Amino acid sequence: MTSHGSPAFDPAATSAAHDAALEIRDLRVRFTTPTRTIHAVNGVDLDVAPGEVFALVGESGSGKSVSMLSVMGLVESPPAEVTGSITFGGRQLLGLPRREMNAIRGRDIGMVFQDPMSSLNPVHRVGRQIMEAIRLHEAVSKDEARKRAIDLLDRVGIPSASRRVDDYPHEFSGGMRQRVMIAIALACNPSLLIADEPTTALDVTIQRQIVTLVKDLQRDLGMSVIWITHDLGVVAEIADRVAVMYGGRIMERGTARAVYEDATHPYTTGLLHSIPRTDNALTEWLPEIPGTPDQITEEPTACPFHARCPLTEHDCTSGVPVLEVAGPDGHESACLHHTSVGDGDMLWPIQDREIPDPVLPSDDPVIEIEGLKVHFPIHRHGAKRGAAVRAVDGIDLTIRDATTLGVVGESGCGKSTLGRTLVGLVEPTEGRVLVHGEPLDSSSGPHRRVVQMIFQDPFSSMNPGMRVADIVAEPMRIHGIGTPEDRLSRVRDLLASVGISPDVAERYPHEFSGGQRQRIAIARALAADPDVIVCDEPVSALDVSVQAQIVNLLRETQMATGISLIFIAHDLAVVRHISHEIAVMYLGQVVERAPRDAIYDEPLHPYTKALLAAVPAPSPTAERSTAPTLEGDLPDPSDPPSGCRFHTRCPVAVEGLCDTDVPELRIVDDLRWVSCHLVESTIEITPPSPEPVGSGT
Amino acid sequence: MKLFTRRPGRRPTPKVAKRLGIVGGVMISALVLMAVFAPLLAPYDPTERVGAPFQPPSAEHWLGTNDVGQDLLSELIYGARVSLTVGIVAAIVALILGTTVGVLAGYYPKRLGKVLMQSVDVILILPFLPLLIVLAAYLGRSLLNTIVVIGVLIWAGPSRVIRSQVLSLRSREYVLASRTMGAPDRWAIVRHVLPRTALLATGTFVRAVSTAILLEAALSFLGLGDPLQKSWGSILFWAQSRGAFLTPAWKWWVLPPGLMIMIASLGFALVAFAMEERINPRL
Repeated sequence: MTSHGSPAFDPAATSAAHDAALEIRDLRVRFTTPTRTIHAVNGVDLDVAPGEVFALVGESGSGKSVSMLSVMGLVESPPAEVTGSITFGGRQLLGLPRREMNAIRGRDIGMVFQDPMSSLNPVHRVGRQIMEAIRLHEAVSKDEARKRAIDLLDRVGIPSASRRVDDYPHEFSGGMRQRVMIAIALACNPSLLIADEPTTALDVTIQRQIVTLVKDLQRDLGMSVIWITHDLGVVAEIADRVAVMYGGRIMERGTARAVYEDATHPYTTGLLHSIPRTDNALTEWLPEIPGTPDQITEEPTACPFHARCPLTEHDCTSGVPVLEVAGPDGHESACLHHTSVGDGDMLWPIQDREIPDPVLPSDDPVIEIEGLKVHFPIHRHGAKRGAAVRAVDGIDLTIRDATTLGVVGESGCGKSTLGRTLVGLVEPTEGRVLVHGEPLDSSSGPHRRVVQMIFQDPFSSMNPGMRVADIVAEPMRIHGIGTPEDRLSRVRDLLASVGISPDVAERYPHEFSGGQRQRIAIARALAADPDVIVCDEPVSALDVSVQAQIVNLLRETQMATGISLIFIAHDLAVVRHISHEIAVMYLGQVVERAPRDAIYDEPLHPYTKALLAAVPAPSPTAERSTAPTLEGDLPDPSDPPSGCRFHTRCPVAVEGLCDTDVPELRIVDDLRWVSCHLVESTIEITPPSPEPVGSGT
Repeated sequence: MKLFTRRPGRRPTPKVAKRLGIVGGVMISALVLMAVFAPLLAPYDPTERVGAPFQPPSAEHWLGTNDVGQDLLSELIYGARVSLTVGIVAAIVALILGTTVGVLAGYYPKRLGKVLMQSVDVILILPFLPLLIVLAAYLGRSLLNTIVVIGVLIWAGPSRVIRSQVLSLRSREYVLASRTMGAPDRWAIVRHVLPRTALLATGTFVRAVSTAILLEAALSFLGLGDPLQKSWGSILFWAQSRGAFLTPAWKWWVLPPGLMIMIASLGFALVAFAMEERINPRL
C-alpha cells in the first residue's frame, strides 16, 4: 500500500542521498473540508542533494506545491493534516514549533513564489524589504544590511542597484520584481532555495532570463534548488534531477537526461509528447493525453494515472505502484509496466480525425484591419497632456476565410487590445476594421454575431450563477435566435461537438475542470454561429496535458465549420500547430507577418528570432538556438523608442540607423512582411527603383 | 482548494452571527404577528375613550390609560402596524432608489456615475435630522409623507455599497463576454449584474428597515408624524407633552413604546448583521 518500508530509494544509485540536504519520507497531506477530504499528497519520498537543482514537475493538483509548502511549514493545519517525515540538514522539520520554523525559513531555506507582485509589499521600498529579510535572521547594522541589499540586487542583475534600492515594487517590471524576490530569498545565503513556478507569470523572454539567473546563482553559491513547475520545458536546461508528480505521488524520478530522453512512465512520455514545441516535425494534430486530472477524495488504492493511461491493465488498479529501479543512475519509475513504455510515439499515437468534407482555407478576407490604432489616454496626475498608452499603434492585417491567424508577442505588446477591438470591447482611436467589408460597429445588435471571443480563463468568463445550458445559450438569446426548444437542442448539439456530454447541461461551471470549461466556452462562442472567433490565450491557463486537446478541438472545429480564428498567444510554440499565418507584435506594431512555415523555418526579424529562441525545448540536450536571449524588458508603451521600436533590445541594432529611422513593414518575399532595416529583400518589387531608404547594409 | 483559512477571532465567527440573526428573526416575527393580529390582541380600540384619563396600570388597563382615557396597551399593539409599515415601505423606496442609482453609477462610472455619486455625497453630507424635520414640516403631516421623506433620505448609503459591487462586477469577464457576444448594456445589467447584487441589496434593505423605524419614531416623537395614526413615536410625543416623562407614569407610558422601538430596530439590525456576514464580498 504505502511506499515506506520498501526501499523505494536505492542508496547505491545516488551517492548524494547519504548526506541529502532535504530528505522527505512518506509525506502525506490531506485537506479536510466540511464536504469532503482531499488527498493532496499521498506518500512522497524525496531526497535533494547539496548543490543540486531538483525539478518537481506536475500539473495543477499533482501535489507538488503542497509538498514544498509542507517543507516550509506553510500548510495551515487544520484544515490540513501533514504526516511523514521531512528532515533538513539532519533536523526534523515536521512538528517543529513555529518559532524554530521561523528561524529556518528565510535563513536556511529561501522561497520564491509565482506572483512577484503579490509577494512584495507595495508600500515599502524594495531595499527595506531585503534588509528586513537580513535583519530578521542576523544581527547586523542598518548600514551593513543596506550594503548587502545593494550587493544582492546587483547580483540578481538589477542595473544601477544602488539607485534602485530605494524604489517601490510598482516601479519594477514583472521580471525585475521576480529578481527582487530572488534577492530576498537569497538574503541570508540559504542552503536550499525553493522556487514555486517562479516564471509562470512572466513572458517567455523574461522566463529565459530568470532561468539563466537562477542557474548562475546556484553555481556561484553552491546551494540546492528545488524548482516547482508544470512545464517540463522550462527546467530541461537547468535541472540535475527531475521528479514527475501526478495525483500526489511521484511517478518517475531520475537524472534530467534519463527522464527527458528515456522516460519510463507513460505519464512522462505523454507530457513530453503533448508539449507544443518549435523544433520537431510538424504533425497534422497535436498528440494529446485524454481525460483530465482528477481531485483525489479517497485514500488512493490504484495507480493515480490508470484512468488516462494507454497501458492500463487490471493490476494497475489493485494497488498503488511504488517507485522501482527502471534504469541506471537512480532512474526510477512508479509504473508496473515501465518496461513496455518504450517510445512515446507508439504509446501516444496521434489520433487522426476524420472530418467529412472539411472546409479548406480560402483567400477571401473576412476581417480587414487598416491602420488600426488604439490609444488609452493617461489621466494620472503629472502626466503630459495628450499622453497615452499606445496599445495598438498602426496595424494592417487581414483575416481570411477558414484560416487561423496567430498573433504572438510579449505581454504589453497590444495583442489582447487588438483582439478586444475586434469584438467591440474597445473603440479604435484611428484606422478602421472592416468585417465582411462593413466597418466594425461596436453597438449592440445582430451584426455583432459575426465575431465572437474565447477568453483565457474559462472560469471567470462564465457567470458562476448560471447553468451550462444557459451559458451556452446566451448568445442565441441575446440575438433572439430560435425558440427555447430550438436553443436547447442546439446547446446539446454544441456540447456534444466539443466533447461534453449534453446530460451535464444542467450543472454549474464550478463542477467542471479547466479543460472542460474551455470546451464549454468554445461551445458558447459557436452558439452565435460566428464567422470569426478571437481566442485570447485560450490554453495558457490550462494544464499541459489538456492544452493539446483544446488546440486540436479548435482546429477540428475550424475544419468542420470553416470558421476563421485569431489565436493570440505569448509564445510561438502554442500557435504553431493551428495557425496558417503568424503575425509577431512588438509595442503595438506588427514586426513580422508570414505564413507559418516561413516563420518557423527562417525567422527574419531579430525579435521573432529571439521569441523562437526563448521557447524552452523539453530536452536537456536540445540544440540551443544561437540567437542571443533578449535583454531587458518591454519599453514603456506610452513613450516608445525612436526609430525602430525594437532597437533598445535588438542584438544587431545599428547605431545611426535603427535608432533614428522608422522601418516600414514591407514585403520582402512571397507573402512575407518584415519591418527591419537589416533584412534584405529577396524580391525586387519594382526592379529599376533605387534602393529603399535605410534598407540594406 | 483552500490552503489558508481565516484566523478565528478577528471577526465574529459565522456561528455567533447566525445565532444573533435567529434572535433578530424571532423579534421581527413577533412584531409582525402583533401587527397583523392587532385587532385580536388589543383589548380595546386604541382610538376610543375606554376609561378615565391618566390611569395607572390595572386589571382592565394593563398599561393604564393616556391623557384622554385611551388604553395604552392597545395603542402599543396597534403602533406596531405603523412602525413596521413605515419602516418596510420606506426601505423599499430607498432600495429602489439606491439600487437604481448604484447600478447606473457603477455600470457607467465615467460621466453619469460621477454626477450621480456627487449628488449622493451631497445627501450624505447634509445634516440629517434637521433636514428630515424641515422636509416633514414642509410636506405636511401624513403617513405617505413620512414614508417618502425617510425613503428619500436613506437611499444614499446603500447606493454607495451597491455601486462598489457593480464597479467590480462590470469588469468581470463574464460581463465582458456578454458584451463581446453583442449584448446591449441592458442585457448585461439585467442578466449578470442585478442578480449578483440582489443579495447585497437585500442585506442593505434589512438594515434600511431598521434605520427607517428609528427615524419614523423620531419624527412622530417630534410631532411631525401623521396625527391620525397611532405609532410608538406618537405615544411618546403625547407622553412628553403631558409631562409623563417627569411623573411615575413614565414606567407604563414612556418605557414600553421605547422598548418596542428598540426591539423593532434591533431585530432588523441583527438580521442584517447576520446576512451581511454571509453575503458581503470578502475584501
